[in-house]
Amino acid sequence: MDTHSCFHCGLEVIKKEEIVFDGKSFCCKGCQTVYEIFTDNGLSSYYDFEKMPGASPQAVNGKYDFLDNEKIAAKLLEFEDEGTSIVSLYIPHIHCSSCIWILENLHRLHRGIGSSQVNFSEKKVRIIFNPKETTLKDIVLMLCTIGYEPYISLENYEKGKTASDRSLIYKLGVAFFCFGNIMLLSFPEYFETEEFWLDQYRGFFRWLIFALSLPSFLYSASGYYVSAYKSIRNGMFNIDIPIALGIIVMFIRSTVDIVLGYGQGFFDSLTALVFFMLVGRLFQQKTYSFLSFERDFKSYFPIAVTQIKAQQEEVSVPVYDIQKGDRLLIRNQELIPVDGILISNDCQIDYSFVTGEADPIHKKSGDKVFAGGRLLGQVIEMEVLSSVSQSYLTQLWSNDIFQKKNESHRRSITDAISRYFTPALLLIAFLGFSYWIFIDANTAFNVFTAVLIVACPCALALTAPFTLGNVLRIMGRQKLYLKNAGVIEQLAKADMIVFDKTGTITTSKASDISFKGKPLSAVELSYIKNLLRGSNHPLSRRLYDFLPVAELRIVHGFEEITGKGIEGIIDGNCIKLGAAAYVGYETSKTTQTAVHIAINNDYKGSYVFDNQYRKGLEQLFNSLSKNYDIKILSGDNDGEREQLEQMLPKGTELLFNQKPEQKLEAIRKWQETGHNVMMIGDGLNDAGALAQSNVGISISENVNVFSPACDGILDATEFSKIAYFLKLSKKAITTIKMSFTLSLLYNVVGLGFAVSGKLSPLVAAIIMPLSTVTIISFVTLASNYYAQKLKSKTGRA
Amino acid sequence: MSVIYLLISISIVVAVGFFIAFVRAVKGGQYDDDYTPSVRVLFDDEVVSKKQEPKTEIRKSSPKTNP
Repeated sequence: MDTHSCFHCGLEVIKKEEIVFDGKSFCCKGCQTVYEIFTDNGLSSYYDFEKMPGASPQAVNGKYDFLDNEKIAAKLLEFEDEGTSIVSLYIPHIHCSSCIWILENLHRLHRGIGSSQVNFSEKKVRIIFNPKETTLKDIVLMLCTIGYEPYISLENYEKGKTASDRSLIYKLGVAFFCFGNIMLLSFPEYFETEEFWLDQYRGFFRWLIFALSLPSFLYSASGYYVSAYKSIRNGMFNIDIPIALGIIVMFIRSTVDIVLGYGQGFFDSLTALVFFMLVGRLFQQKTYSFLSFERDFKSYFPIAVTQIKAQQEEVSVPVYDIQKGDRLLIRNQELIPVDGILISNDCQIDYSFVTGEADPIHKKSGDKVFAGGRLLGQVIEMEVLSSVSQSYLTQLWSNDIFQKKNESHRRSITDAISRYFTPALLLIAFLGFSYWIFIDANTAFNVFTAVLIVACPCALALTAPFTLGNVLRIMGRQKLYLKNAGVIEQLAKADMIVFDKTGTITTSKASDISFKGKPLSAVELSYIKNLLRGSNHPLSRRLYDFLPVAELRIVHGFEEITGKGIEGIIDGNCIKLGAAAYVGYETSKTTQTAVHIAINNDYKGSYVFDNQYRKGLEQLFNSLSKNYDIKILSGDNDGEREQLEQMLPKGTELLFNQKPEQKLEAIRKWQETGHNVMMIGDGLNDAGALAQSNVGISISENVNVFSPACDGILDATEFSKIAYFLKLSKKAITTIKMSFTLSLLYNVVGLGFAVSGKLSPLVAAIIMPLSTVTIISFVTLASNYYAQKLKSKTGRA
Repeated sequence: MSVIYLLISISIVVAVGFFIAFVRAVKGGQYDDDYTPSVRVLFDDEVVSKKQEPKTEIRKSSPKTNP
């Protein structure tokens, strides 16, 4: 094909539509206009930082009229004053350095903008502007014209400023400050003990170290005390108990040591331990700040709708102000925000996101329309039956079972080990104590504390955070964004995978239909269209919608032969549509779905339907079915049952016509039979199932815009990699187990020193960082190795 | 030999000074976005020959044919 990429947006340029301007080629008028705007304003460096960074602007006519309403606009502003307003806009397209550059140079494009600053990881731009010279609407429209359309939803309307949680950073800073200073101050005592200087100032050094350890002990480590206390109260032994115990014992023993002049204590190891543990936490706490896993319907809903007042006057009103009895105007592709009655003529409403039905629903004047559907086609008017908070969708969502529940009951692998670890540790400590108490009470006390100190499972506790944190990043780079590291453990445990149909294993984009064969004349096209009118076969319906509007012609002798095709006579011409053999054409067997055409027994060609199932679906099902139970749970009717059964392994359970509550129930039932269920879905109708499942992954064509509450968001382009991700999560758990063995070995060595009463601060100061460093490097290397290995394996397959 | 008290005190004071600087940096939001500034710092200051006023008023501009 004779194509190359658009200079602005990088999409393929179709030769016929190519626009050459300024020596560069563009795919459409929109891209060319943006280029012109940038070059006219001296902003052509935009194209220097990154190749083809742009997006072609979309038509926005009327979409942002609601920003004229001052009340709504004011809600969106972060700050408002006489001469300055500040607004933060979420722009999904932000993806490269060119984006940052252009958005921070907005003031050169638009009068009234003072300055703007991008937060790349949140995909937000914060614009400071002068409300006297420009308005919010103008700014938003300007952003749209240059291809950076902001995403404004009902969520923006409500949220207050969320202060980010920085306590971990503070704690880490404090811990590092204490650790560094104490290490420097304790160095002398590691080597010399008899020197005059040290003797002279020993007390001063020790008390200074004591003072420096206090902030780390009291503030930085406080999270561990709280967690340990909570887990004791719940009767569970989590890993924080031995950690908290170790820290406290270490502090008391060290204090006793320096008060009584026995030695320098373990303050250096104590602060090192706290610091390393907090680093582990920070590493695990990788978050995708531009994504939200707790989204609800609010980020799906528009912020305002057009209301028709008396005298046919159109005004934008905030969604929350809609009252029963109001009349609303809904445009093409707009969302219906409330339940109501259709006043205008017929329309098509796409409910695929809410119910999972693939085909748009046809509504007639006077029918009830439910919130959540997207209008296809002409503008409609509707009368409101209930306000937003009373609407079906909102009610459904507010239902408690649809909230993703707290995960406290999930036992992590680390906790599972510490169930045995903690009692064993206490046992050894008491055994050592009772052995030595008969020989020397002083040593017995030393041994008892030394065991608790050296066994403090720093390496053990760091294993999981570093492994899972690393795997989380590896997956993130491949566009599976998980909510937290704990989800990986759940992924590894899953043994049943439930797929939604619409939007999950099928693409939500309208599938392409292309024609192959001799070009058809307009008259022939109208024959085909008229013949299709009489057929209810899904392919006929889709082809009918695809063909251009044609005048009505009378069909004689219409006949539909199931599984073969249709035929009829129009204006004396015999038209046959259907399978290749039926129309009299020999064809090599292809997997593509096609409708063949013959007019008067003359073969004309075929309409080829691009498969609407995602690429690699069959291979994915094949490789998954070896190790997992696969189920399909769809809200749609069972029209595609046959096609699906062909692709799926034999005996796969397929459930159709499932309502959101039924989906949730189905998952619960499977769970009760002892399965760990992984749910893969996409729409609001899957929200309940995603919440109920052990791990819910949501598939999204555009991860930035919307997905229901879930544990992870997978970019739809990476759908075929699901098997890979599952394998990787299993390997992560293997890595953790290997590393547990390693760290237990360290513990055995340390305990050897401890029970024999020979643990010196120097030994402790060596063992602790050494074990930590080896464990961290081991798990990082191992998980990277597995990721690479699996990738090349699946790449070859 | 009491100079050691002085020296250690000074070193601690310096360390505390850095620590305070760190806390202020966190408070000021410097740790909230750890990516964008690293890109921003690489943008060159362009040689702007003349202070340009926005030539095209974007929102009104209809696609022109040729400049």
